[in-house]
Amino acid sequence: MSRKPVLEIRGLNVDYGLGDQAVHAIRDVTLTLHRGEVLGLAGESGSGKSTLAYGTTRLLPPPGVITGGEVIYHPSAGEPYDVLGLTDRQLRAFRWAETAIVFQGAMNSLNPVHKISTQLTDVLRAHDPRMGEKQRTERAREMLTLVGIAPDRMDAYPHQLSGGMRQRVMIGMALILQPQVVIMDEPTTALDVVMQRQILGQLIELRERLGFSVVFITHDLSLLVEFSDRIAIMYGGRIVEEAPAAAIYRDALHPYSRGLLGSFPALRGPRRELTGIPGSPPDLKGMPSGCSFHPRCPKAFDPCAGRIPVLAPGGDGRTVACWLHEEAR
Amino acid sequence: MSSISTVGAVAVVPAAKARRQRFRFVANKKAAAGLIILGIYVLLAIVGPWIAPYDPGARGDQLVQPPSAEHWMGTTHLGQDVFSQLLAGTRSVVFVGFFAGIVATVLSVLIGVTAGYVGGKTDEGLSALSNVFLVIPALPLIIIITSALSSAEDWLIALVIGLTSWSWNARVLRAQTLSLRRRDFVEAARATGERTWRVIVFELLPNLTAVIASGFVGTVIFAVLSEITLAFIGVTSNTTWNWGTILFWAQGQQALAQNAWWWFVPAGLAIAVLGTALSLINFGIDEFVSPRLRSAGKTKVKTTSGQTVRMRIGFTPVIRKEVSK
Amino acid sequence: MKYFLQRLAFYAFTAWAAITLNFLIPRMVPGDPVQSLITKYQGQLSSQAIDSLYVLFGLDRDMSVGEEYVKYWQQLFRGDLGLSFTFFPTPVSEIISDSLPWTLWLVGITTVISFAIGTGLGVLAGWRRGSWTDGLLPVTTFLSSVPYFWLGIIAIYLFTGPDSFLPSSGGADIGLEPAWDQWFVPSAIQHGLLPALTILVSSVSGWILSMRNMMVTVSSEDYITVAHAKGLSDRRVALGYAARNALLPNVSGFALSLGFIVGGTLLVEIVFSYPGVGFQLFQALGAQDYPLMQGVFLVITISVLIANLLADVAYLLLDPRTRKEG
Repeated sequence: MSRKPVLEIRGLNVDYGLGDQAVHAIRDVTLTLHRGEVLGLAGESGSGKSTLAYGTTRLLPPPGVITGGEVIYHPSAGEPYDVLGLTDRQLRAFRWAETAIVFQGAMNSLNPVHKISTQLTDVLRAHDPRMGEKQRTERAREMLTLVGIAPDRMDAYPHQLSGGMRQRVMIGMALILQPQVVIMDEPTTALDVVMQRQILGQLIELRERLGFSVVFITHDLSLLVEFSDRIAIMYGGRIVEEAPAAAIYRDALHPYSRGLLGSFPALRGPRRELTGIPGSPPDLKGMPSGCSFHPRCPKAFDPCAGRIPVLAPGGDGRTVACWLHEEAR
Repeated sequence: MSSISTVGAVAVVPAAKARRQRFRFVANKKAAAGLIILGIYVLLAIVGPWIAPYDPGARGDQLVQPPSAEHWMGTTHLGQDVFSQLLAGTRSVVFVGFFAGIVATVLSVLIGVTAGYVGGKTDEGLSALSNVFLVIPALPLIIIITSALSSAEDWLIALVIGLTSWSWNARVLRAQTLSLRRRDFVEAARATGERTWRVIVFELLPNLTAVIASGFVGTVIFAVLSEITLAFIGVTSNTTWNWGTILFWAQGQQALAQNAWWWFVPAGLAIAVLGTALSLINFGIDEFVSPRLRSAGKTKVKTTSGQTVRMRIGFTPVIRKEVSK
Repeated sequence: MKYFLQRLAFYAFTAWAAITLNFLIPRMVPGDPVQSLITKYQGQLSSQAIDSLYVLFGLDRDMSVGEEYVKYWQQLFRGDLGLSFTFFPTPVSEIISDSLPWTLWLVGITTVISFAIGTGLGVLAGWRRGSWTDGLLPVTTFLSSVPYFWLGIIAIYLFTGPDSFLPSSGGADIGLEPAWDQWFVPSAIQHGLLPALTILVSSVSGWILSMRNMMVTVSSEDYITVAHAKGLSDRRVALGYAARNALLPNVSGFALSLGFIVGGTLLVEIVFSYPGVGFQLFQALGAQDYPLMQGVFLVITISVLIANLLADVAYLLLDPRTRKEG
């Protein structure tokens, strides 16, 4: 497998608010997405995983502010460039054509007053004004067929479709410009388990056919283990562990990753006891000193409360930010 | 002054869960400004008739004179002092506004909350009733009713206005009650066999206070405007003074043709300022309830490095010390 | 379609309620003023006209309320609203049919224009928060607190006079008969300009404010973020996504607040002596002309109901969710 990067996040910092009231939501995150891979991003709510996704594409609503870092994008042809340095006009052209997003809650992602066809074709109109009306409709029909929706639903309004169908439409819409990167933010949380797996399975199959990379965000680690190549675990706005999916499942190094794994039933493999993590995610306004997980960590010891552990290699192409593994190096 | 503090107090109640937010409402600049102005009006309503320099109805020998040291706001065609009329008229305006507001608020709570909470056929009936009152033009209806009355005392006018203007608030309250009813804490209270009236009074109403307060303020605005309108077109008795009466005489006695601006300008401004104060209070309540509406004073921010940042949806600002290329 | 029929049924019900209210109110009034007026015109009134007034005001002691109610409806269907006392012996229906077009043109056109301008500015103010449009808000708050009729008085004071192009009263030059010709139409427009501006200035602020608030609320919906993520132009996101959705509650608000607006505009007619139904109502009040008052109230209510129905149709066309599937 080629290990060429397609999206590199370097030292990204995101705040909510400005000045004294600013809350640090993302701190110094560095993460690389490689061509053709599925990168899972996991963590409890409030860990910053969605903020990271929206931050890289500058879609965070006010009072979100990006306070530092770079997001380097490698186009299929041409020189890599920093997404955060683009002008509004360049950013509009970049969006969806290079990086598309499937949002959580398909219910509200579609504009209720426009037909499916309008919402599919207005992307084409915005990005390729020379394309004819007929071609646009043809392309939209193609995309619907691709995600398993009969093209005669083109003229349907969002409220006339089921939740699963709406999410498929969103996936079809995300792929319509053949982007290199698709960010999926909790794409299936609102759906039942059977539908979840059906849609994700279909997506993985499409990825193999079309060759895009996926950033898959969810709090459900068992889904990630099943569907992604590599997993990054976030806690308190930082990445605490990053490793191949199988490695995480077999032997998670960070106590938080282990806790997260114990919170969900695995659909395959041997039965494990569900343990969960004691306590609740930290408040961004009052982050604990040192490793922000230490108040909930069963293995916390001396250095944890004092100093912040940095993300460092832990062998086998994996990294972890934990004092427990500092000595191993 | 008691009426003001109640407006402030009720609006604060929903924040009781978060104690530190207690003074947020009063801290809202708009609401505070509105409350202060309203306070002055209420004060004038109480002492106005006593501090007025002249008897508002007393005739003088200076006819239609512009403002002077003697008559701060000039005189009318009968030599009456406009300033005294304005002061004396405040009581009637404030009384009708608040009385009608209370009547309409009580009705809207009874009808709206009942409809939303009980549901079913009761809801259908009450909703239809409030919708009927909503689409029938209120002012013509009030005019028709008051013109049919043999006497038109202030309290009677206020009652008519109150009885015809509850429908909008009832509608809003019904919708709010419906959404509250499905919340966990209400469901829980119902499940434990709490009596209906107890659930409504102790679980629902505290959460509806902001909506009720805002409806009350809205009705007061409407009632004040209606009363003044009625007086202006001469429906109500011209023996008690209110600002509409002043305008009625100004219009009837050709104040315009005589260029007597002092006769009609002050009364109109008094209405407009009172209306603005009440609207400000309502904006304060709205922004208190849904923080999104707070006018974005901070959309443009200068950072320490001297950059100007504009917050907007869809394009998160990027502030970096050095832009790397 | 089902939605439309429901609304239609509701308006029919409301019309029935308003008419019944109109039937009942005079019955609460002591009959003396009407009785004395009838007595005054005794010799000049035909017996049929007297009958009709008796039914309208419940003066006939021999008839039960039920019977009167039936007769009342029969009269209404014949278009008989009684005789006006002010303009004796002109039938009320004739006075109203003369004055209604004036009101419909003035109030109808200005209300629609005001809604359009207010909504447009509201979209701007809501979308570009923090720009110059925020300065509109305090001004609009103040203007919406000013009574319509007072603004009319001020407008007359400031803009009319012997040398002014704008007349201070009337609907057209005296002596001109309403017709679609080169003399009447310009004169009517000249006379209507100031009343129209008065209504516009005082009613536009409400629309600006409500549309701005809806835009702000809608702007944080998920589909707006999706629209930005799709790289659509700012215009497309603002109009096709945000404004298009924010418009829906504003249109239903338009329907519901028509009753309030019409009440205010009637007063503007009074100030400008504009020959519409509001001015007739004012004259009727002064002369205790109960038949005319009743007739005007009825006509205003029915007009507002029809306008509501039109607004509902607009809503039906704008919101696909109310249309039937398939």
